[in-house]
Amino acid sequence: MVTINELTDEEYLLKGNSACAGCGATMAIRWVLKILGKDTVLVMPAGCVSVFQGMFPASAFSVPVVDSSFGAQSSFSAGLVAAYKIKGKRLKVVTLAGDGGTADIGFHAVSAAAERGDDVLYVCYDNEAYMNTGVQRSSLTPYGAKTGTDPQGKIEWKKNLPLIMAAHNVTYVATASVGYPFDLMRKVKKAASLSGFRYIHILTPCPPGWGCSENLTAELGRLAVRCGIFPLFEVENGKLILHKVGSRAPVKKYLELQRRFEGLTEEQIQYIQKRVDEDLRFLELLEKVTSEVNRTG
Amino acid sequence: MAEHIEVLTGNAAAAYGVKLSRAQVIAAYPITPQTTLVERIAEFIAKGELKAEYIKVESEHSALAACIGASLGGARAFTATSSQGLLLMHEMLFWAGYGRTPLVMAVVTRAIAPPWNMWSEHTDALAQRDTGWIQFFCHNSQEVLDTIIQAYRIAEDKRVRLPVMVCFDGFEISHTAENVLVPEQSDVDSFLPPYDNELLDIEKPKLLWNGVYPEDAYKFKAIFSEAAQSSPSVIDEVQREFDSRFGRRYGAIEVYGSSEARVFLIAMGSVASTAKAAVEKLNEEGFRIGLIRIRLFRPFPTAELQKAVEGSEALVILDRSLSFTRGILSTEVASALYNARWRPKIFEYIVGLGGAVVSHRAVVETVKHLLPRVAEEPQGVIWLKSGG
Repeated sequence: MVTINELTDEEYLLKGNSACAGCGATMAIRWVLKILGKDTVLVMPAGCVSVFQGMFPASAFSVPVVDSSFGAQSSFSAGLVAAYKIKGKRLKVVTLAGDGGTADIGFHAVSAAAERGDDVLYVCYDNEAYMNTGVQRSSLTPYGAKTGTDPQGKIEWKKNLPLIMAAHNVTYVATASVGYPFDLMRKVKKAASLSGFRYIHILTPCPPGWGCSENLTAELGRLAVRCGIFPLFEVENGKLILHKVGSRAPVKKYLELQRRFEGLTEEQIQYIQKRVDEDLRFLELLEKVTSEVNRTG
Repeated sequence: MAEHIEVLTGNAAAAYGVKLSRAQVIAAYPITPQTTLVERIAEFIAKGELKAEYIKVESEHSALAACIGASLGGARAFTATSSQGLLLMHEMLFWAGYGRTPLVMAVVTRAIAPPWNMWSEHTDALAQRDTGWIQFFCHNSQEVLDTIIQAYRIAEDKRVRLPVMVCFDGFEISHTAENVLVPEQSDVDSFLPPYDNELLDIEKPKLLWNGVYPEDAYKFKAIFSEAAQSSPSVIDEVQREFDSRFGRRYGAIEVYGSSEARVFLIAMGSVASTAKAAVEKLNEEGFRIGLIRIRLFRPFPTAELQKAVEGSEALVILDRSLSFTRGILSTEVASALYNARWRPKIFEYIVGLGGAVVSHRAVVETVKHLLPRVAEEPQGVIWLKSGG
């Protein structure tokens, strides 16, 4: 557990960066770095963070940062980790990328790093589209959401990337949401205590991209979990632990607060509700099944 | 000099060069004809003969990205590839070049598909000429081994800090075994000091390669260009020191054959080896023919070439590359001589694409056919019927 008393006053994501008002990604990264502390090297590809960190010679971070090419972040990190290993240096290498950089253009390299078990903490901040280029769909954009490239709303279901990462049999996989900061920080702390490939997938609402009020970032982060559209779970040693939600909110409540879902028909909303219920059921069964299988390390 | 002779293919020689250079991180993806090179390195590591981390990446794009990361972490990194793999690296080549990471990469040259073809030509490596890398073309196994060791000295020199490609022909060199003098590790160690240039300092955190505004971007390119311009003198210095320690002299170009050549053949890599045989034969028959082998392609040895061709009547370029209608080596040679005081005629030949055999007999016949006509105007690019 992480409590507010344990949190350092040190800021590793600095004030004055050029993130949008209400940016969920800044919240997530600030907390992640507060837990990891100083001996951290960030590797990140093109994305919102690489933009809001500022232009040369400014920096929004008080840890070293390498800006990699778009999609090659995992491979840059692999090289860094190998260099530190052969030189006997103990530094935490954190790969930080958005949903597009992780699930789409960088996926082959992310998958390879996971399969090799690179000693890296991979943090994916999922704002569910290519936000930095002005909102275009990624494979993690949810069904029904309108983007610049899906003006009628996306017709495909969101790819379940955390489960795909878990299927690589990596050390640790967790989903987290900026709606639950202490849960997020607990998971980062846990991941930091382990070695090998660790993957944390964080839902980071994006007011301009989602078409919601800037003061709703945390609220949407909570609602996404409470309605089941973004379930929180952890996978360790092959066992999936699903975080139970007390009273589930209907997905409609979550969708209504965002202009990207404007114009969805009742039928479509019912379809989303049904798919979300099925996905949750699938996770519940997975939790049961994985609890019964003991993996050899 | 305590060195010993081994019978090595070009690929094995490259692997020995990497081992003797004590590369610390290898990241590579297999592609014919490069595979036996990286397998040999993996074997060195497995046997404990080379202390290095080998990252088994999923693509060439990642291979080079991982080498860049390793270099940032302060390790000496190496990769190798060919053809399609090199093209897949294209984006990362700029990253390494303009990011000034002192990597060394072996490029075992191979034709580019379509159609699929695994034999040699130089188009793959030459198509990367604008990516910010120093490029050497080797013509035998010994040169491959020696050039890899030199390449690290050049790449890591503070005045340069640029990556280096060591290119050699697939199969003709990569898979041909020759006697190679393998230097002693201790001699290489005293020539090539350990690499230590960690850019990422926890105590003084920096942001590397973030966005720059146009004026800063322009300044960075100018700084890059200064380093690129200072590279020829460093390359020369390193080659001289290598010669004094190991007794093998290499230059940006190699001039071979008749000292009073009327006509020079110009070639690179294994085509230059073949051309040497042709020149010997032609010299024996009394023809005043020489060869200028281009060893350093980037930076292009303009001054050396201008000096070497002075007094000659014609140049016959045996070009194993293609850029739409002309060979890439040919356009470089022509460009280098445009402002020269002495400008011989240039006859451009496309040879050996996709591994088509370039025989020394064909070269001899071509030269004999051309000699009575060197006073005439060149009639465009010539494709030899036999391929070489």
